[in-house]
Amino acid sequence: MKRIAAWAALAFGTLYFLLPLMGMTEFSLKMRRGVYSLDAYARVLADPKFQETFSYSVIMAVFTILFGILLVVPTAYWVRLKLPRARPYVEFVTLLPLVIPAIVVVFGYIRLYNTSSWLPLTGTVTGTNILLMFGYATLSLPYMYRAVDTGLRTIDVTTLTEAAQSLGAGWVTILGRLILPNVLVAVLSGAFVTLAIVIGEFTMAALLNRPAFGPYMQLLGANRAYEPAALAVIAFGITWGCMGLIQLVARLAPKPAIPVKD
Amino acid sequence: MTAQPSPDIKTHRPVPLSGRLPLHWLGLVPFALFVVLFLLAPTMYIVVGAFRTIDGAFTFDNVIGLNTASIRSAYWISIKISLASASLGCLIGFCMAAAMTLGGLPKVIRGPLLTFSGVASNFAGVPLAFAFLATLGPIGLVTVFLKTQLGIDLRLLGFNILSFWGLTITYLFFQIPLMILIITPALDGLKREWREAAEILGASGPQYWRMVAFPILFPAILGTMALLFANSFGAVATAIALTGSSLNIVPILLFAQIRGDVLGDPHLGYALAFGMIVVTGIANTIYIVLRARSERWQK
Repeated sequence: MKRIAAWAALAFGTLYFLLPLMGMTEFSLKMRRGVYSLDAYARVLADPKFQETFSYSVIMAVFTILFGILLVVPTAYWVRLKLPRARPYVEFVTLLPLVIPAIVVVFGYIRLYNTSSWLPLTGTVTGTNILLMFGYATLSLPYMYRAVDTGLRTIDVTTLTEAAQSLGAGWVTILGRLILPNVLVAVLSGAFVTLAIVIGEFTMAALLNRPAFGPYMQLLGANRAYEPAALAVIAFGITWGCMGLIQLVARLAPKPAIPVKD
Repeated sequence: MTAQPSPDIKTHRPVPLSGRLPLHWLGLVPFALFVVLFLLAPTMYIVVGAFRTIDGAFTFDNVIGLNTASIRSAYWISIKISLASASLGCLIGFCMAAAMTLGGLPKVIRGPLLTFSGVASNFAGVPLAFAFLATLGPIGLVTVFLKTQLGIDLRLLGFNILSFWGLTITYLFFQIPLMILIITPALDGLKREWREAAEILGASGPQYWRMVAFPILFPAILGTMALLFANSFGAVATAIALTGSSLNIVPILLFAQIRGDVLGDPHLGYALAFGMIVVTGIANTIYIVLRARSERWQK
């Protein structure tokens, strides 16, 4: 009885999740009348706008990841090493982007950093790109911080730091050559989540008027029939790839000899 | 978990020289600067703007100005969609997680299901809308199948993907996996001893669930529901890609307002955004409070 109910729940869920995936895949193959073909994919991939917006978003993702690492790793390390009492507060702040909707944050950007403000970031293309990158960094902050903080938990930060210091290492050496390699797996998993978020992001890029992949998909969806389904399949593949890579690096990672619990 | 006493690393730390200024907090300056400039200040600007006139004087007029038929209905539809997708997401997600952890299914299901949940909870936004349009839209896979094979015309039944239920069903695609991911640890935390103790005292299966397991899980379930609520309330991209601007919900209205001041009053826009923060803020406070309560049982 219990097992039948369990199978039923699982079957229902599987059906619900498989149908949309099948639906979009089937639809994306139907562009040529009567036969399945990859025409929609060929059309999408050949579209110069696709190539432009996609590479724009990938480049933005790379910068967001680099900035996120530079911001989060030293902060999380410093909090663990010197300011353990500040940890709940920092953690709370990093969770705020889940509370404040992205559309509100970007609304604030537009008002606060417009051309007549003290920091006119939206006045130039580079400035807007930087602003968008900061926006993406806030969106990925909850995931990045949690990943790095969990990674730091598995190493003995204090002992490693003291060992390095007694060998004459400075802060840059400690962070770059000791802490970062030790939490690389955590950093990478944060990075792949960031990649997935940035590539599909719509609201911020659209409202800041940047030619990103998200707004491009939306525009195509409003004007075409079969190409959007192909894009959905591609986007799902990217998300799946990012999550798969997270699992892969976690599995390939060397396990620490003695995990330190706090 | 903590059976082995770990060496107390704190005792090795050198005592800071007395009389030296505590400068440790300086290490947090870059992070604090970033958070203030690109998260807190923009949000505060909107919040303060919601209570100011164009001349900068304090006023409640903007917030009161939200009380028009169209804005009220936008909030109401948004709240209804969020409630429906959060409660259905909770229910279905709970059933699936319970089936996986307690239902006696083969162990091999667990890994793939959790991995898939991780992917699906991140598969939101524009492509998700496309996937559902291709499935339940006018010429979607399921719509056509039901019509040609079973003679059921969804449109005649009143179903439209660009509607309340269409949006709710679409949101479930990221709500259910999120519920599975959050509730599974809580279900794993149900100790077998509790069940055995209840059975020894003569409790039936339903009695165990009603009087032991459910009260323990209740804060976790309700808390997750609050999180799912906030999650769908703030979702913009899926709604816009799915319905364009045909459905009057708060995120779409705010998007149009930022793009082109459709309300004709910038400060009313601030008030609209402020209302969103209030709703998601309340939902998240409920989540945080209830999560703290539910974690008491997971030690």
